[in-house]
Amino acid sequence: MSIGIWCAVTPWSSHSAESIPPIFSISPPASSTPLAPLGRSGITFASPDIRQLQADNFANPGMLWVTRGETIWRTPSGVKGQACASCHQDAQQSMQGVSARYPRLDTGRGTILNIEGQINRCRQEQQATTPWVYESADLLAMTAYLNYQSRGMPIAVTIDTDNRTQWERGKAIFHRRQGQMNLACVHCHEQLVGRKLLTDTLSEGHGNAYPIYRLEWQTVGSLQRRLRSCFNGVRAAIPDYGAEELLALELYLGWRSSGLTVEAPGVRR
Amino acid sequence: MLWGAVITLCDAAPPDNHSATAALTAAHVLQTVQVTGDAIAMPLATSSDPARGRELVMGRESNCMLCHAIPETGAQFMGNIGPTLSGVAQRLSAAQMRLRIVDQSRLNPATVMPAYYRTEGLSLVAPSFQGKPVLNAQQIEDVIAYLQTLK
Repeated sequence: MSIGIWCAVTPWSSHSAESIPPIFSISPPASSTPLAPLGRSGITFASPDIRQLQADNFANPGMLWVTRGETIWRTPSGVKGQACASCHQDAQQSMQGVSARYPRLDTGRGTILNIEGQINRCRQEQQATTPWVYESADLLAMTAYLNYQSRGMPIAVTIDTDNRTQWERGKAIFHRRQGQMNLACVHCHEQLVGRKLLTDTLSEGHGNAYPIYRLEWQTVGSLQRRLRSCFNGVRAAIPDYGAEELLALELYLGWRSSGLTVEAPGVRR
Repeated sequence: MLWGAVITLCDAAPPDNHSATAALTAAHVLQTVQVTGDAIAMPLATSSDPARGRELVMGRESNCMLCHAIPETGAQFMGNIGPTLSGVAQRLSAAQMRLRIVDQSRLNPATVMPAYYRTEGLSLVAPSFQGKPVLNAQQIEDVIAYLQTLK
């Protein structure tokens, strides 16, 4: 049934990205030089109380996850008794700027690795232990801790011949209409930026503050949690956590956010 | 370019069916609507209730106010993505409202307003919404009846 709907040729099936006049066009990357348009961080759309909450490390609830991540960093895990620190020593030194370059292509396997995927790669291959599942307290804590080491540094996700295909895929997802609401990411997060969706001001949809503490969630959540929430909002089929589709979208978003500074852990309403 | 065409749309549930289970299993055909100019003259239901329409407009099912301001509702929060619907009955006839709610993309292919009575030409729809319009025929008419009171 679903296949039939996807493939249906109707007078409305011409609603492709090409028919949508963009507010500003994004030129494809020709080299490894980041060409993403400089954007406006989501925090600038937030109310003053939220901005203050994010800026104050003693008030920012996300810092609890950072602190937990620091503990995990030093705690041995797996049969080899290896901690993250066993290989990487002091994260404040070794992890500085690392998250700002993620997601990246794992050239050996041809897949996209986001920071969560990289953490789990280490757990499985270096620590010989089980990967953490998305939205588990430990994975969120480690993600928050690692991304925090890049706070204030510019995102630098570059596109080259190796990851170009995945970038194209992410771009197509960003521009495709989907779900019963028949909306694409580009509609809200480029064409309607600044408008009110009930009480929320539509932002440019950058992921530079993730993981974020969201008051609505009463917890910290990953970028993929937020992306899945958007899929749900337009009543589209929601990809699984870690799905290639979400990873490609993350790569496109990372490139698109290049130049913005990392703000993890962010706070949103 | 499609004006005047007769379009057939598929419905997943009869207009008066409020049972989600039945709606998932039933396969009914959406009513045929005749588009003339920028309007659909023929109502989709024999009766309409502006009070039920107001509930729909303010409720989560139609989500009108995510995007539209309707000060007449007295609601505290309203979006500003679409035009305000304050006094909309002075600007649009019921027939014009009907086409805009049924499928605004017939007037503007680049629109961000979802089609509320259409199931074809959509991609990657969540399983629980597949084959179903956002609102059924009766609900469309109730919403129009309420919007017609905004003068």
